[in-house]
Amino acid sequence: MSELTRLSVDEMRTGLLTGAFTALDLTDAHLKRIDATNEQFNSFLTICADKAREQARVADERIRKEGSQSPALCGIPIAIKDMLLTDGVETTAASKILKGFIPPYDATPVAKLKERDSIILGKTNQDEFAMGSSNENSAFGPVRNPWDPSRVPGGSSGGSVVAVALGQAPLSLGTDTGGSIRQPASLTGVFGMKPTYGRVSRYGVIAFASSLDQVGPFARSTVDLAYALDAICGYDSNDSTSMKREVPAFREELRKWEGKSLEGIRVGVPKEYFIDGNEPDVQAATQESLKTLEKLGAKLVDISLPHTEHALEVYYIIAPAEASSNLSRYDGVRYGYRSPNAKTLSELYSKTRAEGFGREVKRRIMIGTYVLSAGYYDAYYRKAQEVRTLIIDDFKAAFNNHCDVIAAPVSPTTAFKIGEKAQSPLAMYLADVFTIPASLAGLPGMSVPTTLDRNGLPIGLQLLGAPFTESTLLRVSQALEHAGNFDTRRNCS
Amino acid sequence: MTLTDKEVLHVARLAQLELSEEDLPRMQGEINEILNHVERLQKVSSLGVVPTLHVHGEINAFRDDIIRDSIPLEKIEMNAPDFRACCFRVPRII
Repeated sequence: MSELTRLSVDEMRTGLLTGAFTALDLTDAHLKRIDATNEQFNSFLTICADKAREQARVADERIRKEGSQSPALCGIPIAIKDMLLTDGVETTAASKILKGFIPPYDATPVAKLKERDSIILGKTNQDEFAMGSSNENSAFGPVRNPWDPSRVPGGSSGGSVVAVALGQAPLSLGTDTGGSIRQPASLTGVFGMKPTYGRVSRYGVIAFASSLDQVGPFARSTVDLAYALDAICGYDSNDSTSMKREVPAFREELRKWEGKSLEGIRVGVPKEYFIDGNEPDVQAATQESLKTLEKLGAKLVDISLPHTEHALEVYYIIAPAEASSNLSRYDGVRYGYRSPNAKTLSELYSKTRAEGFGREVKRRIMIGTYVLSAGYYDAYYRKAQEVRTLIIDDFKAAFNNHCDVIAAPVSPTTAFKIGEKAQSPLAMYLADVFTIPASLAGLPGMSVPTTLDRNGLPIGLQLLGAPFTESTLLRVSQALEHAGNFDTRRNCS
Repeated sequence: MTLTDKEVLHVARLAQLELSEEDLPRMQGEINEILNHVERLQKVSSLGVVPTLHVHGEINAFRDDIIRDSIPLEKIEMNAPDFRACCFRVPRII
């Protein structure tokens, strides 16, 4: 049954509807794949074998009754990043401070998948509280990259990308705050999309930086990504920042564009993203992708996003500020870890947090607390929000006047060695230099796998769009995918 | 801007994070490296620019005020480190 772990969602759907195999067969094949590979790659923190099999039986029954009327993802396995709450299944955000926490409800994207009788295989590893770009900050050990296990898979959604790249799951969910979907997707050769801020509900998603966090899917093809988006997008009254916007039928839209040229699409090429610090292979691959887009009928337009160079600074004020506030809830009183060494209430807070949080999380809480403290608010937080407006205005000017999508590298480098950047927080932060600006502006963005570098490591192309134009990104992604020959299934069995 | 060790300890107190003597120098070094980097922001002219409140310019969001069930107490108790008689127990404060 190992071939089942290589299939696309369409192939799985056809097999389920024709009776070639059952949802239980699919589930068992993926659980077996997880069992065989998880010790080496450490992509799953919790495996829900029994619950998954139970869900598969329910899905098989629904498919038997409803046939092609059943939801597209009925019986399709999926892996969930440990940032999303799952009712009755341990959820830790890869932090010691939440070890053993059993959520009393589902995050909305998880609830939407369950309504469709998708199979939740388990919870995936990540950087602690999604703070990191390499998955080395997990309290439960690093995740390894399937293309070279001595290297990182990127982060923070490292477990979710590896699950898809390894054939442990055909789909997975991640979260993106400053690049945590696009960067790991690029480093492991899978498709990943961060939808527009407000497109997917954050209800039940463990908060890191609330004005930036967004849930999005990973998949091995554009079409599969569209299926996942169809399931998770939409307004939710439980999240006051989710937007009341019509959600297109993403999978159907793609059918319309299949085999068509990209005529009429203007692709903006921002000069600020093509810097000396980019690895030569990344630079060359991006140029090659731009040529492909042109051959496909798109028009390339040189653009400038002049405030790009300050995005990292803005991010490393705003994200820690919001994190320091959000993470104040972890105090050892109501849930999660409690220090056994505290004698007073004050010690209960400070020892619980010192013992429960990892180094990166503590550092960001400290920076966030400092920039919000009396006397420094205007100089740091307010200033950062002003420059954020300038960054948003750069993108607005580009999309209003010059282009429909922006194409750029995802990250300056391909996957780096485990431990290589662990000593310098700033060097690690630079891995997100090209993904952060769109996060600050709340724009949809994705990584499309395009080629390999000289060491055989994947390189992705980043596509960015104006708010709520995910369909356009998918259209361009599909055209690029079909024009190239990147093998996303290479490590799937 | 460089934070002294006293200032770092003050921030740690504000953040309710115990910081040991041996962790202090590394934390101080890393924070100062990052603060020095973000200092570059002061060079950007943003006079008169309205700070971002919401990326899509939304002002407020309303929903109907519908009464719903609370999370069952047993699910709260299950996750609590110390829970007795419907209360979270903490060390005595008076």
